[in-house]
Order: sequence, then structure tokens, then C-alpha cells
Amino acid sequence: MPSFVNPEKCDGCKGGEKTACMYICPNDLMVLNPDAMRAYNQEPDQCWECYSCVKICPQGAIEVRHYADIAPMGGYVQPMRGTDSIMWTVKFRNGNMKRFKFPIRTTPEGSIKPYDGKPSPGADQLDNELLFTESDGTRATCKPSDFS
Amino acid sequence: MALPNKPTWELLAEADLSKVPVEEHDYDALIVGGGMAACGAAWEIGKWLPDGATCALVDKAALERSGAVAQGLSAINTYIGENTPADYVRMVRNDLMGVVREDLIFDLGRHVDDSVHHFEEWGLPIWKKKGSEGKKLTEGGEPVRTGKWQIMINGESYKCIVAEAAKAALEEKGYDLYERIFIVKLLLDANKENTIAGAVGFSARENKVHIFKAKAMLVACGGAVNIFRPRATDEGKGRAWYPVWNAGSTYTMCMQVGAEMTMMENRFTPSRFKDGYGPVGAWFLLFKATVTNGAGEHYIKSDACKAELEKYAPYGTAPVTPTCLRNHLMLFEMKEGRGPIYMDTAAALKAFLDEKEASGMDAKALKKYWKELESEAWEDFLDMSVGQAGLWASMNIEPEKVGSEIMPTEPYMLGSHSGCCGIWVSGPNEDWVPDDYKWGYNRMTTVNGLFTAGDGVGASGHKFSSGSHAEGRMAAKAMARYIRDNKDFTPTLKQSADELKAEIYKPVTVYYENYEKTTHEMVNPNYIKPRHMMERLMKYTDEYGGGWSPYYMTNGKLLDIAMRHLQWLREDAEKMAAGGLHELLRAWENLHRIWCVEDHLRHIQFREESRYPGFYYRGDFPEADSKTFEEGGWKCFVNSKYNPDTGEWEVMKKPCHQIIPD
Repeated sequence: MPSFVNPEKCDGCKGGEKTACMYICPNDLMVLNPDAMRAYNQEPDQCWECYSCVKICPQGAIEVRHYADIAPMGGYVQPMRGTDSIMWTVKFRNGNMKRFKFPIRTTPEGSIKPYDGKPSPGADQLDNELLFTESDGTRATCKPSDFS
Repeated sequence: MALPNKPTWELLAEADLSKVPVEEHDYDALIVGGGMAACGAAWEIGKWLPDGATCALVDKAALERSGAVAQGLSAINTYIGENTPADYVRMVRNDLMGVVREDLIFDLGRHVDDSVHHFEEWGLPIWKKKGSEGKKLTEGGEPVRTGKWQIMINGESYKCIVAEAAKAALEEKGYDLYERIFIVKLLLDANKENTIAGAVGFSARENKVHIFKAKAMLVACGGAVNIFRPRATDEGKGRAWYPVWNAGSTYTMCMQVGAEMTMMENRFTPSRFKDGYGPVGAWFLLFKATVTNGAGEHYIKSDACKAELEKYAPYGTAPVTPTCLRNHLMLFEMKEGRGPIYMDTAAALKAFLDEKEASGMDAKALKKYWKELESEAWEDFLDMSVGQAGLWASMNIEPEKVGSEIMPTEPYMLGSHSGCCGIWVSGPNEDWVPDDYKWGYNRMTTVNGLFTAGDGVGASGHKFSSGSHAEGRMAAKAMARYIRDNKDFTPTLKQSADELKAEIYKPVTVYYENYEKTTHEMVNPNYIKPRHMMERLMKYTDEYGGGWSPYYMTNGKLLDIAMRHLQWLREDAEKMAAGGLHELLRAWENLHRIWCVEDHLRHIQFREESRYPGFYYRGDFPEADSKTFEEGGWKCFVNSKYNPDTGEWEVMKKPCHQIIPD
């Protein structure tokens, strides 16, 4: 039902806005049931299988059962996302397995300082078309006649 | 068990409007949306607004995984690098059959690389050629190019990285970020004509309406998905090629306040791996795979196909065949009964191994090389379309052993990928830009103070993720200029907070007034559920508006029927019913879908030719016209404008200027 939650692993992240899958789902699908303290996918046929909930779940409680109207049963793709890489396990219907590991970022999470060391152009620069990190005399100020 | 005539949503909508608070906000600049363009704008605007100015970004999701790049990407498709902005214009112009805004495309080409360089600085891994590993692009590192414009990345966390920078920028400047608030309607100023003053939306987490006032606004909420019947019949509807949460909100909200639209007839019908909609770019460009028909023939090289392409000269005979015409050739094979169409992945991978073997690579090295190649092939899916990897696993497909079917999907509306529908915006305020292309503020729509970027900007496709980010930045700077020039403007809304609340919560009111009048909440003659609204829309757009089931074919008569259904859909939208907050979100999304498709079909109806064979066909006007606006032909823009005062639509031609020579 594309993403689904294992009730034995899910603890509801202790509830509410803190529920990780509910926080992250781009399509507002994952939702916490506070009575059971378990999350679920409230509209499975609108799931993009983007795996955002699977990747963020601190309990590893979320998996994906591929679209019932498309996929023969038994295929399985599961990630383990770390801070600098992601590991994927791919299990085929026939039982074959493959594992892959890919880098995901070269800097520590939370380390971005977007304005550090960047120019601060004055208000007099507001009328040209240069972006704040760009400077005059570069491609940023070229015109079509430069290429004729 | 209780009768099923109760709402079952976890977060219920409040029927008693006196218990739904309204929170009012006042900002100088407002960014609506959370994707690449909005993140670019959030970063750029902080350097241009004066100290003490206020700004907020409002996202219907969570910024970290919002927009089309939420899942990740395996490539950045626009990096100019060693090429020129002029050549970039030539590529886009040819792919989009000649009718594009060359000023916007050239302008984007000047700035896009700066965004890519910053993605790398922030931590996005970009593949480098052997010999320049570890060097950044700005230090002379050579990217792995798959095509002339594309570079490969390890992009699982692409959006997380870009969002982190945007969030950090907002925080450093003391600007606000609102997540899970869905802006559904823009508001014009009560005093100043044709000028944006605010926007209204609601929280998807609590029963609360939010009204924002702003002097300038960027609306960048992506394209439109689930507007034509999908090929999947049930759960697989979610596996749309473009993100399923893009509901046409950008187009509809801007259109409804009178923004002039352009090229809304354009759509994108991508050919992708069948059902999983995995990307094909790396297979074509990186692995050099070929496409065969059911008989194993490389049909693209056939004389019949060459003759077909010549019909669409000069675009069809250019060295790179336009995307729509590649679809056209594929559809031709399918209709002639020569399917299925296969991506010959096995032959492509074997060719790489054979080449290495022939060059004397030993068995051990060859095995290692194969592991790398296999990993690259799977990463392409796992980075951006995991569902496709799941489908391969479910069907025991190993790409080195067997090819995979490819198939044109259902149509999508977008302006940043290989399509170009959207809003008519001003180009940069520079001498070389034709006068009818500029009105002072770059990327401003024809509504004062209302800007857009990414999928929102029409007639300039092929921006992709990087270009959308850069365009958000360009628009943000222009917004700061607009705010400076209009510093005495005080936005004033026409409607009261209570009026707006009642309008936003109308589907909730409709639901609770009627839900107990039958014994099952899904079947009730007094209302229609958002789910059913979307299904009805997709059925009729498909059948009469040229969806996949009639092989993308429509005509004037069929479009007349489509327009009648759209009229009924708009009337029935007044009776949409929502018992939960999630369903209220769906109700508004579907209203947005209906409006943007209506404009799409109005444009197709107006343009009496078939500009994009392979994306859609007018059976009554099958040719692509080469005559210009001045010659009375269709090599020109089609623009449309909804009049918010009268409720009337105007559709018109606009001349298309060639700025970059052939």
C-alpha cells in the first residue's frame, strides 16, 4: 500500500508533530493515530514511493509494498540512510539480492552557512541583474551580441 | 460497527467555524512554495531586502523534502559549463518547436551555473572525470557529462542540502518559515488596480486559517499532475512521473487574479520505463542504449522515420530530435502494431564490457568494472525513482540480461522540464530584450508585485532543478527592487477575515451539513468527494482532451465536449465536501487542477495546428505551421487571460522574437 508501517517497530515517535514520517511526507499521507501511538499511510494510492518516510523513520518501521496494480509480489527495496551515505538492499521476487552504497553528501548535516564569506552588494547594485554571489565582467553579465 | 457515514480522517476538520481561528500576517515579501525555485529565492532575497524588512516562506509540505526534487535526482540537467548561453537558447528553442522566450532562456543560462557551484559547496556530490576527482567545479574539476548539458550527481540528498541552505538563510535573516500551510488563493489589493496584496490558506495540521498580506510575492508551487487519466488503475496512480503533489496551484492561483498565461497548450508527455516511470536519460546518454520495436528493429533509423521527421523541419531534421517528435515516432510504431518498445539495456551494458575486454582488461578487473557499471545503473533509479527499482525487483529484471519496456505516460503540465507552459513574465530590464518582453521587473507576471519562477514561468523550458533554483534567485532580487520602488504601498484586502475563512472552509461546511443524509459518506447526492472530482476530471480530459487512451489525439469537436464537462466540474466544485484536514487539502488541490486544465484545453482549442506532435495532436489541424505571427501563422505564442472581475477568458496570439541567430 505503497509505504506501510510495522506496528511492532513504530512507537509514534512519542507523538504529534514529532512523528518523523508525518513531519516529512511531501504529500501529507503519513499520520499518527495517538490512541495506538502508531503511524499509517492515510491515502496509499497517492503515494509516490519517494521513500522520504522510510528514510527518516528512526525505528526502521516503514517499508514499501510495491503498487498492487502494477508489481508482482515479492520485490523489496529498503534503504538505510546515514549522514554521508545510503545503503540499499534490493531483493528480487526470485530471491536474488543486491546491495548498493552511494554517497549522499560531502559535508556534515547542519553545517551549511549560506552567507559566510559571500559578498554583500550595496543597495546601489539592486538595479542590475547580477545575483549577490556574481560579479561584473563574468558570464553573468554577457549579452546575446557577445556570441554573434 | 457504526454506519460508514462518518468521517474517518485522523485529523478532522472543524464544522463550527467559530472554533476555527484566523491568523493574520503582514510581510514585505512572501515566498509561496518550497521547491528548488522557492529555496533559491529564500537564499537570494536576504541579501537584497533592506535591514528591518520582513519576509516569509510558506510551504504546504516540509522544506527538506518538498517539491519535484523531494526524492532526489541522479543528474543536474542544466549546467552550461564550457557551452554558451546562446547555444543553450538554440537547444531549448529546437526542442520546443521554435516558440520560446529567448530572453528568459538566455538570462537563465547566464546565472544557472552559480547555483550549481553552490550546491557543490554546500555538500552535493558531483561526479568528476578520472583525473579531476576531489576538485570542485570552481577549481577546474571536470564533471561527468552525459549529454551536452547534463552532469551526473549522487543526488539522494539534493533537496535536503538545498533546503538546509534556504532554511539557514531564512533563520540568519530573521525571516519566517511556515510548513504545512497550503496557500490556495491569492488576493488583489482593494485600492490599487491589478496589484497583489495577499494570499490565504490553511493549516494541514490544525484547524486554522492563515491570511498573509505582502507587498510582493513569489508563487512557485510546481506544475500539474493527476490532470489526465493515469495509465495505472489503482494504487499505481501515485507513481506519477512528476511529483503527485503538484496540483497546478501555481497556474491556477496566478490565473485567478488575472495573470496572463502563455503556451498553456504545451504539455509534457515523457516516455519513461513502463509503469515505474524511471528516468531514461542516463540510459540514452550515459549507457548509450538504443530503443527497439517489438521486432528488435532500431526503428528510429528507418527510412519511414526519417521521412516522418522531415515533415517537421527544421526541428525534426536538427541533429538532436525534439522530445515530442521522439514520442511521435514511438507512437507511430505502437499504432502500427510494432510494439512493445524496448530500451535495449542488455546490449548497451554488454557493449561496454566487450569494449573493455577487447582493450585487454583481465577477468578480475573486468568483474570490478562490471560492479561499478551495475551500481551506476541502479543508482540512477535509487536516487530519484525508487519505485522503478522496486518494479525491476518485482519482475526479476536484471538490466544486463533483458531490456525494459518504455512507454509514453499520461500528460503533465510544467514549465521547468521539457515542457514550457506557464505564466507570461517580464524579462530582464536590458537593452537587448524586446520591448514587449519586459515591464521593469524580471520574472514579474502581468499582475503588479506577483512574481513566479521554475514551473511557473512559461515559454522557457529546460531549466530543470538547477535552473529553477537560479530563476527563484533572479525573481527574488527583482522582488526586492519592486519593494524598494513601492515602499509606501500598504496592501489592503478586499475581503474580511471571516469571509475568507468561510470560503476556505466551504468544503467542510458542505460536508457536515450533509454527511448524515445517507448511510455511506462516499455516496451522497448533496456533495462530491475530492477523490471523485479528480477521477471525473481525469476521465474526461483523457477522452476528449487527448490523453493516452486516444493516443493523445483530440479535435475541435472533442474539445467542445471537454469544455462542457469542465464547466460542470467547476460548478460541482462548489459542492466538494471534506470531513478532514487532509481531504480539505485535496479539495483545494482539485479545484486548482480543474482550472489549469481548462486553460490548457482553451489554448489547444485556440491553436489551430499541432505544434507538438507526440505530446498532443489536433486531428482537424494535423500540421505544425511554419508561418509566423506577422505572416498570420502559428509560429507565435498563444496567451490567455482570465478576467477576475467579469469571469471571462480572453485567448490571443503574441509575436515570438528570434534573438539568437540560427
